[in-house]
Amino acid sequence: MLQFGGFSFAVLLFTVTAATVERVQHDYYKYHPMEEISTWMTQMAKDHPDLVTIVDYGRTYEKRTIKLLKIGLNTEAKKKAVWVECGIHAREWISPAFCQYFVKQILQTYKTDAKMEKMVRNMDFYVTPVLNVDGYVYTWNDSTTRLWRKNRTPGPSSGCYGTDLNRNFDSNWGTVGVSFDCKKEIYCGTHVMSELETQAVTYFVGTRKDDFLCFLTIHSFSQMILLPFGHPNYTASNYNELMKVGLGAAEAIWKVHGQNYTVGTSPDVLYPFSGSSQDWAHMQGIHFSYTFELRDKGTFGFQLPEDQIQPACEEAYSGALHIITYAHDQTFSGAVVTAAATLWTLLLAAGVTLM
Amino acid sequence: MGPKSVVVLAAFLTAAIGPRAGSEVNEGRASALEDAAERAMAARQLNPHHYEARRAAQVVPLYLNTRHGSPFRLFGLQTVHAATVEDVGDSGRRYQLEMSVQEIITETTEKCSAEVFFPGEGKQPSPPQVKVSPLTELLRVDAKAEEEALYQRYRTKDPPLSAQYLPDSHGRLDPDMKPFWHLCIVASSFVMLSESTEGTLYNMAQVASITQLPTENEQLKFDGLVLLHDMVSQEIPRWKLLFTWSPAGGVTVLQMEQQPRCPHC
Repeated sequence: MLQFGGFSFAVLLFTVTAATVERVQHDYYKYHPMEEISTWMTQMAKDHPDLVTIVDYGRTYEKRTIKLLKIGLNTEAKKKAVWVECGIHAREWISPAFCQYFVKQILQTYKTDAKMEKMVRNMDFYVTPVLNVDGYVYTWNDSTTRLWRKNRTPGPSSGCYGTDLNRNFDSNWGTVGVSFDCKKEIYCGTHVMSELETQAVTYFVGTRKDDFLCFLTIHSFSQMILLPFGHPNYTASNYNELMKVGLGAAEAIWKVHGQNYTVGTSPDVLYPFSGSSQDWAHMQGIHFSYTFELRDKGTFGFQLPEDQIQPACEEAYSGALHIITYAHDQTFSGAVVTAAATLWTLLLAAGVTLM
Repeated sequence: MGPKSVVVLAAFLTAAIGPRAGSEVNEGRASALEDAAERAMAARQLNPHHYEARRAAQVVPLYLNTRHGSPFRLFGLQTVHAATVEDVGDSGRRYQLEMSVQEIITETTEKCSAEVFFPGEGKQPSPPQVKVSPLTELLRVDAKAEEEALYQRYRTKDPPLSAQYLPDSHGRLDPDMKPFWHLCIVASSFVMLSESTEGTLYNMAQVASITQLPTENEQLKFDGLVLLHDMVSQEIPRWKLLFTWSPAGGVTVLQMEQQPRCPHC
């Protein structure tokens, strides 16, 4: 009897341990195929029901769901928001890895870090770990497909596959830095917003644009922080501020592991291009809109070794947080400071008048 | 405003208000201004963080790889400190660069001056011409022992080396394969150098395959298929390379041939 009871207890203990171990099993410093990322998203929502929900917001050509994690404390008030999208270009594997790390960091720090707690109270973070799901799945097929960039919509002619999603948005679409040859890597699509993935983001963010303070799109490689606009003839209304905050983010990045990130508009530091999600977001009035190009500078390029995932994510997180904090403080702390200053001024003025 | 622009401006102003100002006032002033304007226009200062300077500077480590690269010595761009560009009549454009180059494996850095001339759009595309000031620190990097050991091990290798996808999809490299990955970057540098223009920015994305052929004339010989990446077009050009290497001879590319694009890749 005792032996049997002992055996069942051992089985029970093993099951509980296994379940617990499985929960913390997700290795943030390895690359994960799409199924594992989906499982992880489900787990995050399950583990943090008061903070995390999964939102399905689109379908791909191959009928896969495009999902994001909405992270924020539930409050009665209408909240401001931050958009972080990863995996828009399939071969840039460090990008989805970053989004997973980003989520982990928020969930790990908000309970102990007062500033983060304030931010998840005031804002919702909408994080899409993989936007170009079909493309990302394709890069995991075998070694020959690893360097695929575009999505997987068949092109207008035979032998053509995929549109560059970051050339497909409604931001001076089809004007500069694109190709109309469906075989090319920077093919911008049959028409503006022709792609389901582009439509998903446009609709979701577009219908909530007044809520969004900040739009970050994560890519690799080059180690850069790009500001709008990709078109050389347009300058962002808040260019000086974007540069200032971008340089602040680059300094925050440098402090982590000594890596240099170049800051500027793409026509200045990289190449001109149109139809990007970053440009589109700024045109909607989301004024803190940046593209991050993560490690490295071309030695490993898209196949960044797994032992660099941690340092790459740590530095990028620092940079992203700098921008997000600035955008948050401008809306939240800023108002409080101004109100207090106004009150003091009024009191002093009243005091002086009375004298 | 940097010191160089102040000098250029001063030259412009001096020329404008210079010796000619006294006699035949109006005409003299006009031609003096034109001459000064031409000299000022001749060498335009570039922002070292911007793409023009970077694309020109990227060519320099490619050139150094072709001259001094080996399985244990590889060059890369560290920083551009200053850059100017000028038109050379109709024949092309010349960049003058102050930059830092790095030997990637030992992470040794050295400052140097370089000149990169991109020939203009002519009948035949031709590679850029590069001149670099002497690099003492970087060339002092001693890899002779490792090079000799690798050479001896593979001189009569049986079976000969055969590898695919360096690095693999996850960025992994077998330590034994790392020198051959470096060797392919050096061999690819010959192609990348020859294909570089002011509209490209190359790196080697991956070695698709490398096969060792019988040693010939004391040189290790290889047949490789490399995948390059051009940042500007985002394309992955595929090149077949036949090349040799020995510690004494360095890398020589015997044949290079671009392969058709891979539609499903």
